[in-house]
Amino acid sequence: MSFIEYGDTIKDGDTAIVFLGHESMFPVKVQHGSVTQTKYGVIRHSTDLIGKKYGSKVTCSKGGWVFILHPTPELWTMNLPHRTQILYSTDISVITMMLELKPGSIVCESGTGSGSLSHALIRTVAPTGHLYTVEFHQQRAEKAREEFREHGVDHLVTVTNQDVCKNGFGVSNVADAVFLDIPSPWEAIGHAKSALKAEGGRICSFSPCIEQVQRTCLAMEEYGFTEINTLEILLRVYNVRTISLQIPDLGKAAEDNSGTGFDSSNPSNQGSPGANLQQGTVQFKSGVPLREMVGHTGYLTFATKS
Amino acid sequence: AMQASPGARIREGDCAVLKRGEVFKAVPVLRRRKIIFEKQWFYLDNAIGHIYGTTFEVTNGGNLQPKQEVEETTTETKEAGTDNRNIVDDGKSQKLTHDDIKALKDKGIKGQEIVQQLIENSTTFRDKTEFAQDKYIKKKRKKYEAVITIVKPSTRILSTMYYAREPGKINHLRYDTLAQMLTLGNIHAGNKMIVMETCAGLVLGAVMERMGGYGSIIQMYPGGGPVRAATSCFGFPKPYFDNLHEFPLSKVHSLLSGTFSTETLPSDPEDNAPVEEESNGLSDEKQTSLQETEEEPTTEAPMEINQAEEQETMDINAEDVEFKENKEKENRENVREKQMKQWERRKKLREAAALLKEKNADGLIVASKFHPTPLLLSLLEFVAPSRPFVVYCQYKEPLLECYTKLRERGGVINLKLSETWLRNYQVLPDRSHPKLTMSGGGGYLLSGITVVLDKGKSDSSNLEALKMEEPSPKRCKVQDLHC
Repeated sequence: MSFIEYGDTIKDGDTAIVFLGHESMFPVKVQHGSVTQTKYGVIRHSTDLIGKKYGSKVTCSKGGWVFILHPTPELWTMNLPHRTQILYSTDISVITMMLELKPGSIVCESGTGSGSLSHALIRTVAPTGHLYTVEFHQQRAEKAREEFREHGVDHLVTVTNQDVCKNGFGVSNVADAVFLDIPSPWEAIGHAKSALKAEGGRICSFSPCIEQVQRTCLAMEEYGFTEINTLEILLRVYNVRTISLQIPDLGKAAEDNSGTGFDSSNPSNQGSPGANLQQGTVQFKSGVPLREMVGHTGYLTFATKS
Repeated sequence: AMQASPGARIREGDCAVLKRGEVFKAVPVLRRRKIIFEKQWFYLDNAIGHIYGTTFEVTNGGNLQPKQEVEETTTETKEAGTDNRNIVDDGKSQKLTHDDIKALKDKGIKGQEIVQQLIENSTTFRDKTEFAQDKYIKKKRKKYEAVITIVKPSTRILSTMYYAREPGKINHLRYDTLAQMLTLGNIHAGNKMIVMETCAGLVLGAVMERMGGYGSIIQMYPGGGPVRAATSCFGFPKPYFDNLHEFPLSKVHSLLSGTFSTETLPSDPEDNAPVEEESNGLSDEKQTSLQETEEEPTTEAPMEINQAEEQETMDINAEDVEFKENKEKENRENVREKQMKQWERRKKLREAAALLKEKNADGLIVASKFHPTPLLLSLLEFVAPSRPFVVYCQYKEPLLECYTKLRERGGVINLKLSETWLRNYQVLPDRSHPKLTMSGGGGYLLSGITVVLDKGKSDSSNLEALKMEEPSPKRCKVQDLHC
C-alpha cells in the first residue's frame, strides 16, 4: 500500500485505518508482533492484519468486529493527529481543482501545519510531480518529514523549515501552483510570484478573516496577478432517516356522540375509538440536515499569474 | 511529465477557450475560421503561436492582436460627491448618443478613449461618490474595452463554462460538486476507474486529467456509444486514450450473471449520422452548441440506424448494369469494411468485459440522468473492497432510496449524503461583501467506501447496517426529527 498507490493486502509497515462504525475510526501502524486495543477487544497485527485483504472484517478478542481500510488522504485528514487547525476535504477539493493540479504538477505550500493538505497534494501530483512545503515551526516541520517518510511519499515532497514571508519557498520559476495558509499571506505574495513559472501559474490563499483577504487581494493586484476571485465553500450533510408523523385528530365532520371519532376512510388509521393516543401515522424517507453545520472555515482567494 | 506545461503555446487544431470577464466559450483553433464571441467577430490566426493566457484585442479588421500593457492612469484628485441624494436618474445624463458612440467606434477610437469620452460627457459623473465613479468606469470598460483572453482548457475552466452555458447537458453538476467527487473518489494516477456519466464527457475528462494518463478507465455508457464532446475539449495527448475503454450498460446484467456474449453489438455509430445528443428534458436552455465544428463521428452518440436498411437503400438505385456492377463491388467492400469494424468492436468489448470481470476496480464515479440506484447496485460489483465510490444526482430523493438499498445490500460503509454551498465574494477596500447572486443548487452526492461483502450471512449484514447507522434513541417523539 501507499498513500499514492493502492495495494490489495495489508503489509508490515503499512498505515491502515481501523473502522469501528459510524464515523469512528483511527489510524494504526501495522507491525509484526504489535497489538492494538479497541473497544471490541484486541487486534493482533501478525495474525489479524498482515496478509489480510484491505476491506476485510476483523474480529477482535471480545467478539466485536471492525473493518480495516486502505489509507487515503481523505481518511488521513479525518484521523491525523492535529498539531494545528487543519483543512478538510471540502476546501481541499476546491483548492485542488481551482489550482488545476494533476500528475506532474509542481506545487508550493506554506504552512505545512499538520500535513492534511500536504498529503492530498502529494497524492494528486504523483508520480511525477513534487510538493515544496514550507513550515516555520521546527518541530512541526520535523514531524511532517517523519510522516511523509512513514507513508512512503517522501520522494515526492521537500519540507523546508523557514519563514516563507522572509525567505520564500526555496525554489524559483518552477511551480505550477502556490498555496498559502499563513497569518499574513500578503507578505508572501512576492515570493509566491517568483516561485511560480515565468509562463504563468495559479495561486491560492486561505484566510479565516475578511481583513486578511482584503490585504491579500490588494497585494495580488499590485504584483500583477489577474483573475482574482474570492469564494467560500460549505459542506452540508444529510442523515437518511425514516420519519413517522402523526395524523392529527381533527374530530368528526358531523356532531355525533356515537361513532369512532375520526375519519374511518383514512387508510393509515389504527383503530379504537375514544380517548386513543395512538392515531394514524404517515411514514416517509427524509434527508435530514444535522443540527449544526460548519458555517465557516476560511475564504479562498484564487488568482492567475500570466 | 506527460502533461504539457502551463506555458504551452496555442496551436492550430487545439480546442481553446475564449474568456472575457466571467464568460467562457470553447472553440477550435482553425485558420480563416470566423469566430463569434461576445458580440465580436474575429479570426484566431494571429493567436497561433502565442502562449495560453495571453490577452488580445480585436482590431477593426477582425484580427487579434496582443493587448499592450496599459499604464495606470495617474490618480489625480478627481472631483467627487458624497452621496446620491441629489442625483436624478432621468436617463439624460449622458450627452453622447448611440450614433456618436458608433461614430467613435467606426473611426477606430480605442475602448479606453471611448470610456474617457463617456466620462467627460456625463453630467452626473462628478457628483457621484468615488466608489460610484469607480463602479461606473469598471462597467464602461467592461463594455467598450473588449479584450479576450485565450486560456488552456482544464477541468476548472470547462466545468465552469458548462455550468454557466449549458447546465442541462451536465445535469446541473456545479463545478465545486465535481471537485468534491474527484477528491472523495481519490482519483489519482494509476487507478483503475469505472466511470458512468451522461455529462457530455466532462466528468470523464476531469477523471482523465487527474489520472494524468496513468492507470485505466472503463466508461459505462447507455445506448449505442459514449458521448465525449467535452472530453475532446481537454486536449489530452493521444496516449491517454490507450487505456480508456468503454462498455455498454445493456450488457452489464449478462456480464454479472455469466451469460455475456459479443453476439449482439450495441448499434453501430454510422459515419455520417448527425449527432443526436439526448437532452434530459429538464432544462429550458437553448441548445446552442459550444463548438463551432462538428465532432469526430466516432466519439458521438449515434442515431440508431438499422444495418439491414442501409443495405437495402444501396440496392434500390441500381438501374444501369455497369452502375449495378460497380455498386455490387462497392457493396462487397462495404460489407468487408463493416465486418472488420465489427470484429474490432467485438474485440474491444471482450477486453473491457475482461477488465470488469476482475472485479478489482479502484473506484466508481456515477453522474448521470438515470436513477442512481440500479446503476450503483450493479456497478459496485466490479469494485474491489476498501475503495471509494461517489454518486452524483441532481435531486436528493433518488439518493435517499439509493442509500437505503445500499444498506440492505451491505458491503459499504461510511455512507454520506451531502451537498456543497458555494458563495462568491466581491473584495474591494471598504466594499467587501458576498456577491449578489448565488447558485441555488449544485446537486447532491452520495459517497462511501466498499468493504468485503459477506454474501452468505444476511444477519450480519443487517447487524452491520445497524452498526453503521446513527443509533436511534429508544423512545421516539414524533416531532423529533432525529428519530
